[in-house]
Amino acid sequence: MFASFDFDVIRRSFGYLFLDGMTFTLTLTGLAALGGLIFGTLIALMRLSGFKLLGRIAGLYVDLMRSLPLVLVIFWFYFLVPYIGQWVTGSSRPIQVGAFTSSLVTFIMFEAAYFSEIMRAGIQSISKGQPAAAQALGLTYRQTMRYVVLPQAFRNMLPVLLTQTIVLFQDTSLVYVLSIPDFLGAASKVAQRDGRLVEMYLFAAAVYFIISCLASFGVRRLQARIAFVH
Amino acid sequence: MNYHWNWRIFWEPAPNGTGNYLDMLLSGLVLTIETAICAWIIALAFGAVVGVMRTLPSKTASSVGFAYVEFFRNMPLLVQLFIWFFVLPELLPHGSGLWLKQIPNAPFYTAAIGIGLFMSARVAEQTRAGINSLPRGQKLAATALGLTTAQAYRYVLLPMAFRIIMPPLTSEFLSTIKNTSVAITIGLIELTGEARAMQEFSFQVFEAFTGATVLYLLINVVVVIAMRFLERALAVPGYIGGK
Repeated sequence: MFASFDFDVIRRSFGYLFLDGMTFTLTLTGLAALGGLIFGTLIALMRLSGFKLLGRIAGLYVDLMRSLPLVLVIFWFYFLVPYIGQWVTGSSRPIQVGAFTSSLVTFIMFEAAYFSEIMRAGIQSISKGQPAAAQALGLTYRQTMRYVVLPQAFRNMLPVLLTQTIVLFQDTSLVYVLSIPDFLGAASKVAQRDGRLVEMYLFAAAVYFIISCLASFGVRRLQARIAFVH
Repeated sequence: MNYHWNWRIFWEPAPNGTGNYLDMLLSGLVLTIETAICAWIIALAFGAVVGVMRTLPSKTASSVGFAYVEFFRNMPLLVQLFIWFFVLPELLPHGSGLWLKQIPNAPFYTAAIGIGLFMSARVAEQTRAGINSLPRGQKLAATALGLTTAQAYRYVLLPMAFRIIMPPLTSEFLSTIKNTSVAITIGLIELTGEARAMQEFSFQVFEAFTGATVLYLLINVVVVIAMRFLERALAVPGYIGGK
Protein backbone atom coordinates (compact mmCIF):
# COMPACT_ATOMS: atom_id res chain seq x y z
CA MET A 1 0.00 0.00 0.00
CA PHE A 2 2.77 2.41 0.91
CA ALA A 3 5.03 1.10 -1.85
CA SER A 4 3.96 3.71 -4.38
CA PHE A 5 4.37 6.52 -1.86
CA ASP A 6 6.69 9.35 -2.73
CA PHE A 7 7.83 10.70 0.60
CA ASP A 8 10.47 12.76 -1.17
CA VAL A 9 7.77 15.28 -2.09
CA ILE A 10 7.67 16.29 1.56
CA ARG A 11 11.44 16.79 1.70
CA ARG A 12 11.38 18.78 -1.53
CA SER A 13 8.66 21.13 -0.33
CA PHE A 14 9.82 21.31 3.28
CA GLY A 15 10.94 24.93 3.10
CA TYR A 16 7.74 26.10 1.48
CA LEU A 17 5.56 24.13 3.88
CA PHE A 18 7.22 25.32 7.06
CA LEU A 19 8.95 28.63 6.31
CA ASP A 20 5.95 30.01 4.44
CA GLY A 21 2.95 27.91 5.42
CA MET A 22 3.56 27.10 9.05
CA THR A 23 4.95 30.57 9.74
CA PHE A 24 1.72 32.04 8.39
CA THR A 25 -0.40 29.66 10.47
CA LEU A 26 1.51 30.24 13.70
CA THR A 27 1.72 34.03 13.28
CA LEU A 28 -2.00 34.15 12.54
CA THR A 29 -2.75 31.94 15.56
CA GLY A 30 -0.58 33.99 17.90
CA LEU A 31 -1.77 37.43 16.83
CA ALA A 32 -5.41 36.35 16.64
CA ALA A 33 -5.22 34.84 20.14
CA LEU A 34 -3.67 38.04 21.48
CA GLY A 35 -6.15 40.32 19.71
CA GLY A 36 -9.05 38.02 20.56
CA LEU A 37 -8.05 38.07 24.21
CA ILE A 38 -7.85 41.88 24.33
CA PHE A 39 -11.16 42.42 22.54
CA GLY A 40 -12.73 39.49 24.37
CA THR A 41 -11.80 40.97 27.73
CA LEU A 42 -13.26 44.32 26.67
CA ILE A 43 -16.49 42.61 25.59
CA ALA A 44 -16.64 40.69 28.87
CA LEU A 45 -16.16 43.95 30.80
CA MET A 46 -18.93 45.56 28.73
CA ARG A 47 -21.29 42.71 29.59
CA LEU A 48 -20.48 42.94 33.28
CA SER A 49 -20.35 46.75 33.41
CA GLY A 50 -23.91 47.22 34.63
CA PHE A 51 -24.73 49.57 31.75
CA LYS A 52 -27.75 47.84 30.23
CA LEU A 53 -27.28 49.10 26.69
CA LEU A 54 -23.56 48.36 26.57
CA GLY A 55 -24.17 44.90 27.97
CA ARG A 56 -26.87 44.15 25.43
CA ILE A 57 -24.75 45.22 22.47
CA ALA A 58 -21.86 43.08 23.66
CA GLY A 59 -24.22 40.16 24.30
CA LEU A 60 -25.75 40.44 20.84
CA TYR A 61 -22.32 40.50 19.24
CA VAL A 62 -21.24 37.38 21.10
CA ASP A 63 -24.47 35.53 20.28
CA LEU A 64 -24.24 36.52 16.63
CA MET A 65 -20.65 35.35 16.25
CA ARG A 66 -21.31 32.13 18.07
CA SER A 67 -24.31 31.24 15.92
CA LEU A 68 -22.46 31.60 12.64
CA PRO A 69 -20.12 29.07 11.08
CA LEU A 70 -16.53 30.27 10.87
CA VAL A 71 -16.46 29.68 7.11
CA LEU A 72 -19.30 32.15 6.60
CA VAL A 73 -17.61 34.66 8.91
CA ILE A 74 -14.37 34.31 6.91
CA PHE A 75 -16.29 35.12 3.71
CA TRP A 76 -18.10 38.02 5.40
CA PHE A 77 -14.93 39.70 6.56
CA TYR A 78 -13.05 38.97 3.36
CA PHE A 79 -15.54 41.16 1.51
CA LEU A 80 -16.26 43.53 4.38
CA VAL A 81 -12.72 44.47 5.46
CA PRO A 82 -12.00 46.59 2.35
CA TYR A 83 -15.13 48.64 3.11
CA ILE A 84 -14.24 48.93 6.80
CA GLY A 85 -10.79 50.12 5.70
CA GLN A 86 -12.38 52.67 3.41
CA TRP A 87 -14.57 53.92 6.25
CA VAL A 88 -11.69 54.10 8.72
CA THR A 89 -9.23 55.85 6.42
CA GLY A 90 -11.88 57.98 4.75
CA SER A 91 -10.65 57.03 1.30
CA SER A 92 -12.95 57.30 -1.69
CA ARG A 93 -12.92 53.63 -2.65
CA PRO A 94 -12.66 50.29 -0.85
CA ILE A 95 -9.02 49.76 0.03
CA GLN A 96 -7.05 46.70 -0.97
CA VAL A 97 -6.28 44.49 1.99
CA GLY A 98 -3.83 41.62 1.93
CA ALA A 99 -4.79 38.04 2.65
CA PHE A 100 -3.03 38.10 6.00
CA THR A 101 -4.68 41.29 7.29
CA SER A 102 -8.07 40.09 6.17
CA SER A 103 -7.77 36.75 7.93
CA LEU A 104 -6.25 38.35 11.01
CA VAL A 105 -9.20 40.74 11.37
CA THR A 106 -11.61 37.83 10.86
CA PHE A 107 -10.04 35.62 13.49
CA ILE A 108 -9.65 38.42 16.03
CA MET A 109 -13.31 39.39 15.70
CA PHE A 110 -14.49 35.78 15.71
CA GLU A 111 -12.34 34.58 18.59
CA ALA A 112 -13.13 37.69 20.65
CA ALA A 113 -16.64 36.27 21.10
CA TYR A 114 -15.32 32.96 22.40
CA PHE A 115 -12.57 34.49 24.54
CA SER A 116 -15.06 36.94 26.03
CA GLU A 117 -17.20 34.06 27.32
CA ILE A 118 -14.14 32.51 28.95
CA MET A 119 -13.05 35.81 30.51
CA ARG A 120 -16.58 36.48 31.69
CA ALA A 121 -16.65 33.14 33.47
CA GLY A 122 -13.20 33.95 34.88
CA ILE A 123 -14.26 37.35 36.19
CA GLN A 124 -17.42 35.90 37.69
CA SER A 125 -15.42 33.21 39.44
CA ILE A 126 -13.58 35.85 41.52
CA SER A 127 -15.14 36.15 44.96
CA LYS A 128 -17.06 39.37 45.62
CA GLY A 129 -14.75 40.20 48.51
CA GLN A 130 -11.91 40.93 46.11
CA PRO A 131 -13.40 43.95 44.28
CA ALA A 132 -15.03 45.04 47.53
CA ALA A 133 -11.66 45.03 49.28
CA ALA A 134 -10.09 46.86 46.35
CA GLN A 135 -12.73 49.55 46.56
CA ALA A 136 -12.30 49.80 50.30
CA LEU A 137 -8.62 50.47 49.64
CA GLY A 138 -9.67 53.39 47.47
CA LEU A 139 -8.89 51.87 44.09
CA THR A 140 -10.91 53.16 41.16
CA TYR A 141 -12.93 50.79 38.94
CA ARG A 142 -10.11 50.82 36.41
CA GLN A 143 -7.49 50.04 39.03
CA THR A 144 -9.66 47.33 40.58
CA MET A 145 -9.95 45.60 37.24
CA ARG A 146 -6.36 46.17 36.20
CA TYR A 147 -4.62 45.13 39.41
CA VAL A 148 -7.06 42.87 41.25
CA VAL A 149 -9.77 41.20 39.18
CA LEU A 150 -8.33 40.67 35.70
CA PRO A 151 -4.96 39.19 36.73
CA GLN A 152 -6.74 36.56 38.83
CA ALA A 153 -9.40 35.88 36.21
CA PHE A 154 -6.71 35.50 33.56
CA ARG A 155 -4.66 33.17 35.74
CA ASN A 156 -7.63 30.97 36.64
CA MET A 157 -8.74 30.75 33.04
CA LEU A 158 -5.29 30.30 31.49
CA PRO A 159 -5.76 26.57 30.74
CA VAL A 160 -9.15 27.23 29.10
CA LEU A 161 -7.74 30.16 27.13
CA LEU A 162 -4.87 28.01 25.90
CA THR A 163 -7.23 25.17 24.97
CA GLN A 164 -9.25 27.66 22.96
CA THR A 165 -6.01 28.77 21.31
CA ILE A 166 -5.37 25.16 20.23
CA VAL A 167 -8.85 25.12 18.70
CA LEU A 168 -7.99 28.42 17.01
CA PHE A 169 -4.74 26.91 15.68
CA GLN A 170 -6.77 24.14 14.04
CA ASP A 171 -9.43 26.56 12.83
CA THR A 172 -6.92 28.75 11.01
CA SER A 173 -6.77 25.93 8.44
CA LEU A 174 -10.15 27.20 7.23
CA VAL A 175 -8.48 30.17 5.49
CA TYR A 176 -8.09 27.47 2.82
CA VAL A 177 -11.46 28.65 1.48
CA LEU A 178 -9.77 31.93 0.45
CA SER A 179 -6.90 30.04 -1.25
CA ILE A 180 -4.44 31.51 1.24
CA PRO A 181 -1.23 29.50 1.63
CA ASP A 182 -1.27 28.75 5.35
CA PHE A 183 0.21 25.38 6.32
CA LEU A 184 -2.69 23.36 4.92
CA GLY A 185 -3.01 25.66 1.92
CA ALA A 186 0.70 25.20 1.13
CA ALA A 187 0.41 21.43 1.53
CA SER A 188 -2.63 21.45 -0.73
CA LYS A 189 -0.86 23.53 -3.40
CA VAL A 190 2.08 21.13 -3.48
CA ALA A 191 -0.31 18.18 -3.43
CA GLN A 192 -2.15 19.42 -6.49
CA ARG A 193 0.96 20.56 -8.34
CA ASP A 194 2.75 17.23 -7.92
CA GLY A 195 -0.34 15.03 -7.89
CA ARG A 196 0.59 13.76 -4.44
CA LEU A 197 -2.62 14.27 -2.46
CA VAL A 198 -2.22 11.17 -0.30
CA GLU A 199 1.28 11.93 0.95
CA MET A 200 0.70 15.64 1.51
CA TYR A 201 -2.64 15.38 3.31
CA LEU A 202 -1.43 12.56 5.55
CA PHE A 203 1.68 14.57 6.34
CA ALA A 204 -0.36 17.71 7.09
CA ALA A 205 -2.67 15.70 9.33
CA ALA A 206 0.32 14.26 11.19
CA VAL A 207 1.86 17.71 11.71
CA TYR A 208 -1.40 19.20 13.04
CA PHE A 209 -1.89 16.14 15.22
CA ILE A 210 1.58 16.29 16.76
CA ILE A 211 1.48 20.04 17.44
CA SER A 212 -2.04 19.90 18.95
CA CYS A 213 -1.20 16.83 21.04
CA LEU A 214 1.98 18.39 22.44
CA ALA A 215 0.17 21.65 23.14
CA SER A 216 -2.74 20.00 24.94
CA PHE A 217 -0.29 17.86 26.91
CA GLY A 218 1.43 21.09 27.98
CA VAL A 219 -1.91 22.66 28.94
CA ARG A 220 -2.77 19.61 31.05
CA ARG A 221 0.51 19.89 32.94
CA LEU A 222 -0.04 23.60 33.45
CA GLN A 223 -3.54 22.91 34.72
CA ALA A 224 -2.18 20.48 37.30
CA ARG A 225 0.32 23.07 38.48
CA ILE A 226 -2.22 25.88 38.73
CA ALA A 227 -4.73 23.64 40.49
CA PHE A 228 -2.07 22.84 43.06
CA VAL A 229 -1.29 26.47 43.90
CA HIS A 230 -4.94 27.38 43.89
CA MET B 1 -19.70 53.61 0.10
CA ASN B 2 -19.93 52.70 -3.54
CA TYR B 3 -21.71 49.41 -3.02
CA HIS B 4 -25.06 49.05 -4.71
CA TRP B 5 -27.60 47.52 -2.40
CA ASN B 6 -30.38 45.52 -3.97
CA TRP B 7 -32.47 43.62 -1.47
CA ARG B 8 -34.94 42.54 -4.14
CA ILE B 9 -32.25 40.24 -5.49
CA PHE B 10 -33.70 37.36 -3.46
CA TRP B 11 -36.79 37.34 -5.68
CA GLU B 12 -34.92 37.52 -8.94
CA PRO B 13 -34.50 34.28 -10.93
CA ALA B 14 -31.27 32.45 -10.29
CA PRO B 15 -29.22 31.33 -13.31
CA ASN B 16 -29.26 27.67 -12.25
CA GLY B 17 -32.87 27.51 -13.36
CA THR B 18 -34.43 26.18 -10.17
CA GLY B 19 -36.25 29.32 -9.13
CA ASN B 20 -35.13 32.54 -7.53
CA TYR B 21 -32.14 33.25 -5.31
CA LEU B 22 -34.17 32.72 -2.16
CA ASP B 23 -34.98 29.16 -3.30
CA MET B 24 -31.28 28.65 -3.80
CA LEU B 25 -30.51 29.62 -0.24
CA LEU B 26 -33.39 27.54 1.10
CA SER B 27 -32.21 24.44 -0.74
CA GLY B 28 -28.81 25.04 0.88
CA LEU B 29 -30.54 25.31 4.24
CA VAL B 30 -32.22 21.93 3.70
CA LEU B 31 -28.92 20.31 2.79
CA THR B 32 -27.26 21.85 5.86
CA ILE B 33 -29.96 20.42 8.11
CA GLU B 34 -29.87 16.99 6.45
CA THR B 35 -26.09 16.77 6.74
CA ALA B 36 -26.16 17.97 10.33
CA ILE B 37 -28.80 15.43 11.38
CA CYS B 38 -26.97 12.51 9.76
CA ALA B 39 -23.70 13.65 11.32
CA TRP B 40 -25.39 14.09 14.69
CA ILE B 41 -26.76 10.53 14.69
CA ILE B 42 -23.25 9.20 14.01
CA ALA B 43 -21.76 11.52 16.64
CA LEU B 44 -24.26 10.42 19.31
CA ALA B 45 -23.89 6.71 18.58
CA PHE B 46 -20.08 6.65 18.49
CA GLY B 47 -19.72 9.31 21.18
CA ALA B 48 -21.91 7.43 23.64
CA VAL B 49 -19.99 4.18 23.13
CA VAL B 50 -16.57 5.82 23.40
CA GLY B 51 -17.65 7.96 26.36
CA VAL B 52 -18.81 4.84 28.21
CA MET B 53 -15.57 3.04 27.33
CA ARG B 54 -13.57 5.80 28.98
CA THR B 55 -15.39 5.26 32.28
CA LEU B 56 -15.15 1.44 32.32
CA PRO B 57 -12.92 -0.21 34.90
CA SER B 58 -11.06 -2.01 32.09
CA LYS B 59 -7.72 -0.29 31.39
CA THR B 60 -7.76 -1.40 27.74
CA ALA B 61 -11.23 -0.02 27.08
CA SER B 62 -10.45 3.34 28.64
CA SER B 63 -7.15 3.73 26.76
CA VAL B 64 -8.81 2.82 23.46
CA GLY B 65 -11.44 5.46 24.23
CA PHE B 66 -8.71 7.96 25.12
CA ALA B 67 -6.84 7.28 21.86
CA TYR B 68 -10.07 7.64 19.86
CA VAL B 69 -10.86 11.02 21.40
CA GLU B 70 -7.32 12.34 20.99
CA PHE B 71 -7.19 11.14 17.40
CA PHE B 72 -10.31 12.99 16.31
CA ARG B 73 -9.77 16.05 18.47
CA ASN B 74 -6.22 16.92 17.47
CA MET B 75 -6.70 17.32 13.74
CA PRO B 76 -8.58 20.19 12.09
CA LEU B 77 -11.97 19.10 10.76
CA LEU B 78 -10.94 20.33 7.31
CA VAL B 79 -7.93 18.00 7.26
CA GLN B 80 -10.09 15.10 8.42
CA LEU B 81 -12.57 15.71 5.62
CA PHE B 82 -9.71 15.83 3.07
CA ILE B 83 -8.44 12.51 4.38
CA TRP B 84 -11.84 10.83 4.08
CA PHE B 85 -12.50 12.40 0.70
CA PHE B 86 -9.16 12.40 -1.12
CA VAL B 87 -6.90 9.98 0.73
CA LEU B 88 -9.11 7.06 1.77
CA PRO B 89 -10.12 5.97 -1.76
CA GLU B 90 -6.42 5.86 -2.74
CA LEU B 91 -5.41 3.73 0.23
CA LEU B 92 -8.11 1.11 -0.34
CA PRO B 93 -7.60 -1.76 -2.77
CA HIS B 94 -8.09 -0.56 -6.33
CA GLY B 95 -11.62 -1.93 -6.82
CA SER B 96 -13.20 -0.56 -3.67
CA GLY B 97 -11.32 2.71 -4.04
CA LEU B 98 -12.81 3.16 -7.48
CA TRP B 99 -16.27 2.25 -6.18
CA LEU B 100 -15.89 4.82 -3.41
CA LYS B 101 -14.93 7.55 -5.89
CA GLN B 102 -17.96 6.84 -8.04
CA ILE B 103 -20.61 7.01 -5.32
CA PRO B 104 -23.14 9.67 -6.25
CA ASN B 105 -23.43 12.39 -3.58
CA ALA B 106 -19.99 11.50 -2.27
CA PRO B 107 -19.50 14.94 -0.66
CA PHE B 108 -22.71 14.47 1.32
CA TYR B 109 -21.76 11.06 2.71
CA THR B 110 -18.19 12.15 3.37
CA ALA B 111 -19.38 15.24 5.19
CA ALA B 112 -21.95 13.36 7.29
CA ILE B 113 -19.47 10.66 8.30
CA GLY B 114 -16.45 12.96 8.67
CA ILE B 115 -18.27 15.59 10.73
CA GLY B 116 -20.07 12.84 12.65
CA LEU B 117 -16.81 11.20 13.70
CA PHE B 118 -15.20 14.56 14.48
CA MET B 119 -18.11 15.52 16.72
CA SER B 120 -18.29 12.04 18.28
CA ALA B 121 -15.03 12.75 20.12
CA ARG B 122 -16.68 15.79 21.70
CA VAL B 123 -19.86 13.89 22.52
CA ALA B 124 -17.68 11.18 24.10
CA GLU B 125 -16.06 13.77 26.35
CA GLN B 126 -19.47 15.10 27.40
CA THR B 127 -20.78 11.58 28.05
CA ARG B 128 -17.75 10.79 30.15
CA ALA B 129 -18.16 14.02 32.11
CA GLY B 130 -21.84 13.23 32.65
CA ILE B 131 -21.14 9.72 33.94
CA ASN B 132 -18.30 10.96 36.16
CA SER B 133 -20.50 13.70 37.58
CA LEU B 134 -22.87 11.12 39.07
CA PRO B 135 -22.33 10.36 42.75
CA ARG B 136 -20.31 7.18 43.23
CA GLY B 137 -23.17 5.76 45.26
CA GLN B 138 -25.21 5.24 42.09
CA LYS B 139 -22.75 2.75 40.61
CA LEU B 140 -22.19 1.14 43.99
CA ALA B 141 -25.91 0.80 44.68
CA ALA B 142 -26.47 -0.69 41.22
CA THR B 143 -23.71 -3.23 41.85
CA ALA B 144 -25.05 -4.00 45.31
CA LEU B 145 -28.46 -4.74 43.77
CA GLY B 146 -26.76 -7.41 41.68
CA LEU B 147 -26.83 -5.57 38.35
CA THR B 148 -24.05 -6.43 35.92
CA THR B 149 -21.87 -3.58 34.61
CA ALA B 150 -23.90 -3.51 31.41
CA GLN B 151 -27.17 -3.35 33.33
CA ALA B 152 -25.82 -0.67 35.68
CA TYR B 153 -25.00 1.50 32.66
CA ARG B 154 -28.22 0.72 30.82
CA TYR B 155 -30.66 1.23 33.70
CA VAL B 156 -28.90 3.51 36.18
CA LEU B 157 -25.93 5.52 34.93
CA LEU B 158 -26.74 6.41 31.32
CA PRO B 159 -30.36 7.53 31.83
CA MET B 160 -29.09 9.94 34.48
CA ALA B 161 -25.94 11.00 32.65
CA PHE B 162 -27.70 11.83 29.39
CA ARG B 163 -30.31 13.93 31.13
CA ILE B 164 -27.60 15.86 32.96
CA ILE B 165 -25.56 16.56 29.83
CA MET B 166 -28.49 17.80 27.74
CA PRO B 167 -27.36 21.48 27.81
CA PRO B 168 -23.79 20.79 26.62
CA LEU B 169 -25.15 18.37 24.03
CA THR B 170 -27.33 21.19 22.68
CA SER B 171 -24.28 23.31 22.02
CA GLU B 172 -22.49 20.34 20.47
CA PHE B 173 -25.45 19.90 18.12
CA LEU B 174 -25.24 23.59 17.23
CA SER B 175 -21.52 23.11 16.50
CA THR B 176 -22.42 20.17 14.25
CA ILE B 177 -24.75 22.40 12.25
CA LYS B 178 -22.09 25.10 11.95
CA ASN B 179 -19.40 22.58 11.06
CA THR B 180 -21.34 21.38 8.02
CA SER B 181 -20.13 24.56 6.32
CA VAL B 182 -16.58 23.17 6.31
CA ALA B 183 -17.82 20.60 3.77
CA ILE B 184 -17.92 23.44 1.23
CA THR B 185 -14.24 22.52 0.66
CA ILE B 186 -15.14 19.05 -0.62
CA GLY B 187 -17.86 20.43 -2.85
CA LEU B 188 -20.97 20.16 -0.69
CA ILE B 189 -23.16 23.12 -1.66
CA GLU B 190 -24.92 23.68 1.65
CA LEU B 191 -26.13 27.02 2.99
CA THR B 192 -22.75 28.79 3.01
CA GLY B 193 -22.00 27.26 -0.39
CA GLU B 194 -25.27 28.50 -1.85
CA ALA B 195 -24.64 31.97 -0.44
CA ARG B 196 -21.23 31.93 -2.08
CA ALA B 197 -22.76 30.77 -5.38
CA MET B 198 -25.39 33.49 -5.15
CA GLN B 199 -22.65 36.05 -4.55
CA GLU B 200 -20.74 34.84 -7.59
CA PHE B 201 -23.79 34.86 -9.87
CA SER B 202 -25.37 38.11 -8.73
CA PHE B 203 -22.39 40.14 -7.37
CA GLN B 204 -24.62 41.06 -4.42
CA VAL B 205 -22.10 39.94 -1.79
CA PHE B 206 -23.60 41.41 1.33
CA GLU B 207 -27.21 40.53 0.53
CA ALA B 208 -26.21 36.92 -0.11
CA PHE B 209 -24.28 36.62 3.15
CA THR B 210 -26.98 38.46 5.09
CA GLY B 211 -29.50 35.93 3.77
CA ALA B 212 -27.33 33.03 4.94
CA THR B 213 -26.68 34.73 8.27
CA VAL B 214 -30.38 35.18 8.94
CA LEU B 215 -31.06 31.54 8.08
CA TYR B 216 -28.28 30.32 10.39
CA LEU B 217 -29.64 32.49 13.19
CA LEU B 218 -33.07 31.02 12.54
CA ILE B 219 -31.80 27.43 12.84
CA ASN B 220 -30.04 28.36 16.07
CA VAL B 221 -33.14 29.88 17.58
CA VAL B 222 -35.30 26.90 16.59
CA VAL B 223 -32.80 24.38 17.97
CA VAL B 224 -32.32 26.29 21.22
CA ILE B 225 -36.07 26.57 21.79
CA ALA B 226 -36.70 22.92 20.91
CA MET B 227 -33.91 21.76 23.19
CA ARG B 228 -35.18 23.91 26.03
CA PHE B 229 -38.51 22.06 25.85
CA LEU B 230 -36.72 18.74 25.71
CA GLU B 231 -34.50 19.69 28.64
CA ARG B 232 -37.50 20.67 30.70
CA ALA B 233 -39.31 17.45 29.85
CA LEU B 234 -36.29 15.31 30.66
CA ALA B 235 -34.99 17.23 33.69
CA VAL B 236 -34.27 14.99 36.67
CA PRO B 237 -36.70 15.73 39.51
CA GLY B 238 -34.83 16.99 42.54
CA TYR B 239 -31.90 18.39 40.53
CA ILE B 240 -31.46 22.07 39.71
CA GLY B 241 -33.74 22.70 36.75
CA GLY B 242 -35.82 19.66 37.66
CA LYS B 243 -39.44 19.72 38.65
